[in-house]
Amino acid sequence: MSGILVVQEARKDGNTRAFQETLAAGRVLAGYTGLEIEAAGVGDSNSNLFAEFIGPPPAAAHAIEHPLLSRYTSDGYVLAFEQLIRKLQPAYAVFPHSYQARDFVPRLATRFSQALISDVTAIESGPAFVRQLFQGKMNAVYRHPGGGPCFVSIQSGAFRPDGTSGGVTTIDHFTPEIDAAQIRTRPGDPFRASAQTVDLGSAQRIVGVGRGIKDAANLPLVQDLASALGAELAASRPICDNGWLPMERQVGSSGQTVAPKLYVAAGISGAIQHLVGIKGSQCIVAINKDRDAPIFEVADYGIAGDLFEVLPALTAAVKKAK
Amino acid sequence: MTDMKIIVAIKQVPERDAPLRIDSAAQWIGESGLRYAMNEPDAYALEEALRLKESAGTEGEVVAVSAGPERVGTTLREALAKGADRAIHIVCGDLASRDALAVARLLAAAIQPENPSLVLTGLQSEDLGQGQTGVILAELLGLPHASLIVQAEMTATGLKVKRELEEGWFQFIELPAPAVLTIQSGGNKLRYATLMGIKRAKTKPVRTLAAADLGLASAPAVILDQVTLPQKQKSTQMLSGSAEEAAAALVEKLKFEAKVL
Ligand SMILES: Cc1cc2nc3c(=O)[nH]c(=O)nc-3n(C[C@H](O)[C@H](O)[C@H](O)COP(=O)(O)OP(=O)(O)OC[C@H]3O[C@@H](n4cnc5c(N)ncnc54)[C@H](O)[C@@H]3O)c2cc1C
Ligand SMILES: Nc1ncnc2c1ncn2[C@@H]1O[C@H](COP(=O)(O)O)[C@@H](O)[C@H]1O
Repeated sequence: MSGILVVQEARKDGNTRAFQETLAAGRVLAGYTGLEIEAAGVGDSNSNLFAEFIGPPPAAAHAIEHPLLSRYTSDGYVLAFEQLIRKLQPAYAVFPHSYQARDFVPRLATRFSQALISDVTAIESGPAFVRQLFQGKMNAVYRHPGGGPCFVSIQSGAFRPDGTSGGVTTIDHFTPEIDAAQIRTRPGDPFRASAQTVDLGSAQRIVGVGRGIKDAANLPLVQDLASALGAELAASRPICDNGWLPMERQVGSSGQTVAPKLYVAAGISGAIQHLVGIKGSQCIVAINKDRDAPIFEVADYGIAGDLFEVLPALTAAVKKAK
Repeated sequence: MTDMKIIVAIKQVPERDAPLRIDSAAQWIGESGLRYAMNEPDAYALEEALRLKESAGTEGEVVAVSAGPERVGTTLREALAKGADRAIHIVCGDLASRDALAVARLLAAAIQPENPSLVLTGLQSEDLGQGQTGVILAELLGLPHASLIVQAEMTATGLKVKRELEEGWFQFIELPAPAVLTIQSGGNKLRYATLMGIKRAKTKPVRTLAAADLGLASAPAVILDQVTLPQKQKSTQMLSGSAEEAAAALVEKLKFEAKVL
């Protein structure tokens, strides 16, 4: 093959958004390399794994089928993809940077003496792969020296699926050799931990608080602003990790996704895992003492200042404007 | 049951609020004058290791391992002060130019002879954020792994761990020991080092290994070519002046321009 293998994660439910984005990234890579795109994913014979594509369909799709893959395990997926990649010999293998990919692709790449270029946000000519360092404060450009497949995972939201919907492609069925004894982990069913009593998803205004608040004792400062705005209170992960607010108020990849008219981020740096949860917001306001904080890259309005001064002033100004 | 030996891989990273500059070669950040701290998920990995040892109640051992230059010693002392029993320092001055596979190979070479009952790493480093060193390590050590773990307990047959999934979902996973777990932040409350702990840390053993002695350097699998500053996606209107002036201007904008008040 020596082309670009784009990997689909879902089993049955058609193409996911993450897959369409990964495919879009694959097309950028194809533009720089002239290589052809094929797709692969774990499914079963009656799954509609590769039903519909945004933009032109890949040249072929490989449906990996095996009863031992009915439940995701890293051991099973490593074995299956290792065999498929040895067979196809792609120059690039492109995955979504999902929790599942983070769990097995580094192990898979190691089998080829390769290292994954993880969480890629852009692909430039070369090809060169851009990813974030220091939680978004810097970028780094990576190259692959060749000599084996280049493993890449794509950050959610970084590439835009585009073009008219394309139809089907030829589907090749691939059955890997897997022995039950090779699968060492036994995964249980997914469950939700906390009762969801607040629905941040439908809130019109949200004030999100981050580690800049320093201490739980300072939380009334954000609570006051939230009540003046008629807003719900939300938080970044460390605030919930510390137990300062319940986990159900956490916004981001491991918390809730919100889409309010107004999101005020106070003392939040703007790590990607937080940003993915707020990108549907109509208007983002950032208050941060660090002028270079990544949150300002996505904010509509910003105040570079100390939240201990800005929050009380803002609460007063909101009350006055009513 | 034999005594439990838990290895924890700990990385030293620049302090979170440290001002960062790109170095003159644009291949890493300028390190002079920077302050460093323990990578946050690694602090949770250490906490989990200490709890597992305590709950086993046997003569177990927690060993902290870190690869990095001289300065890494202070982070290892911090781990010892919090309760680790000893430390291994892989002395390596060119960490930034090694890829994840190369760093995992160093760690694996130091860990393998220890024959651990369990290896814990953080889920992700705050500087490189690759989120893969622990998983690679598992492959190199030939051990099963589970990632994004917020809780672990030893069982008669191995381990039962709680794994975080996306959007507030979790699952339990059972796996045999020894294994590698990558630990996510927030599963436990972190302990502080006590004065007594800090004092005792001074007498605990830290073994140093030279990176060059841990196996042949191999060709890099990926190359970090250049460090750059991110570009803005949006044109942000910055509101200046005193806190009161900025707040008043913002409310105006929200009301009449963005129309969200
Ligand atoms: C797999 C995974 C999942 C994750 N899921 C989530 C998630 O769902 N949600 C989430 O939020 N994070 C998540 N994270 C964590 C994420 O990577 C960041 O660590 C986290 O978002 C940082 O929170 P923060 O911005 O509050 O803290 P920090 O990054 O510490 O930022 C604090 C900010 O406050 C500013 N500040 C400090 N003092 C002041 C002051 N006096 N006035 C004004 N500003 C001040 C600082 O300049 C800094 O920018 C996840 C990470 C991983 C690896
Ligand atoms: N130089 C190092 N020394 C010790 N542990 C490390 C080192 N680099 C990475 N790790 C471990 O691997 C985890 C994941 O790092 P990364 O793959 O860079 O995101 C960290 O949380 C550490 O536990």
